[in-house]
Amino acid sequence: MILMILIPVLVLGLLGVAFAALLAVSNKTFAVQVNPKLEAVLAALPGSNCGACGFAGCLGYAEAVVAVKAGVNGCLVGGSSAAARIAEIMGTAAEFREQEVAFVACRAGRSISRTKFEYEGVADCQAAAVLFGGDKSCAWGCLGLRSCERACTFDAIHVNEEGVAVVDRAKCTGCTKCVKSCPRDLIYMVPKSQAVLVACMNHDRGKRAKEVCDIACTACKICEKNCPDDAIHVIDNLAVIDFAKCTQCNICVEKCPQTTIINNARAAGRVGGTAEPVAAGAGRE
Amino acid sequence: MISQDMGLFLIFLSAMIVNNILLIRFIALCSFFGISNSMQTSVGMGFAVVFVMIMATTISWLVYHYLLVPFDLLYLRTASFILTIATFVQLEEMFIRKMFPPLYRAMGIYLPLIVVNCAVLAAAFLVIDYNLGLVKSLIYTLGVGFGYFFAIVMFAGIRERTNMAPISKSFQGYPIAFITASLMSLAFLGFKGLFGL
Repeated sequence: MILMILIPVLVLGLLGVAFAALLAVSNKTFAVQVNPKLEAVLAALPGSNCGACGFAGCLGYAEAVVAVKAGVNGCLVGGSSAAARIAEIMGTAAEFREQEVAFVACRAGRSISRTKFEYEGVADCQAAAVLFGGDKSCAWGCLGLRSCERACTFDAIHVNEEGVAVVDRAKCTGCTKCVKSCPRDLIYMVPKSQAVLVACMNHDRGKRAKEVCDIACTACKICEKNCPDDAIHVIDNLAVIDFAKCTQCNICVEKCPQTTIINNARAAGRVGGTAEPVAAGAGRE
Repeated sequence: MISQDMGLFLIFLSAMIVNNILLIRFIALCSFFGISNSMQTSVGMGFAVVFVMIMATTISWLVYHYLLVPFDLLYLRTASFILTIATFVQLEEMFIRKMFPPLYRAMGIYLPLIVVNCAVLAAAFLVIDYNLGLVKSLIYTLGVGFGYFFAIVMFAGIRERTNMAPISKSFQGYPIAFITASLMSLAFLGFKGLFGL
């Protein structure tokens, strides 16, 4: 009777002890030396594994930093605060770079833009762009099928009721995922302090641009002539701001006859919507 | 049914297709639904399961035949197998971490998940139930593992498509995944009786 209990207890107990010993020994044998700096750097990173730094996740970047293969300011999401903490850990001076946010260079909503046909396919910008370049007459217009919204892990870009993607600058961490998701290449990174922006990517010549959209850049060069700092130029039929020279004086914003140039900070409601400046502009037909 | 006198290839085929662990036996459905969001993670999980399953079956087969049978302790099968599998998954994790860092990075997060994966335990039990020898056990387990891999990767492919499709709100997410899985299972039922298995 006693053996009936003792044998299984002993067998299972010894099995457990043997396994425990095996694990304890192999824990020593297979111990991996981890650089304490690596864990500290990893803790200083946001841990969202977005890959915007160009490495495979936060761990990949942390390893590169510890191996002094990457700079301390490589994390776009963590920005200057993460760079300062990593610099402290690594004992080097932090070189800050201004945080960038994404900007969608189109605000022609469904009520102002024109369409070539009715699109009823898969609700995805890549799919729509493949089919005759999408339904919008403007070859550079936002398709509004939420590819960028799905790509964003920070809930910072949304397609508004007008069908145009708008970046929430407060939430945007500058990870550039939406930039890569846009088949139209409409999204690009701008310095966070830069509020004066050209909300158009249309490279058509003036007449054609006016035909496809009421608020497209017609390359009239009024902004270029009025800019006191030589900061805005019409390049390939599209006004482009040189952020290094722009003082954000807003002269171009006021002079632009198409209301294409906008000041994000001053009239946030205008971005992507059909707020009054658009209604005041050339109406549809 | 599997029997001892069957050829290795038939055993493999039976484990992988005809008695697919996920779609016919409905074992390990938690990871089947949990990990199949993207192709990449399912491939990682699939390989990790194949790897762990082979190791776990080998060890538990040895424990069963050289420890439990001589002491006449067959009723301790479940407890000792759980102990064995948990230990050896830990051990494998350490080993891979030390020896193959890139593999660890790719598979590392799935290994702890597999400790509690019932498919691993099921494979260890099934080879005992079928009374297979060590080599046939390994072939059978390899089949179970690849069956898991095959099913989860196919399922992930379909799920990536259904995520894009216009599905009514009440069916989005898990409901449509369950319907998809049930249809896949029905399709696999078509293999029933193939080669007399």
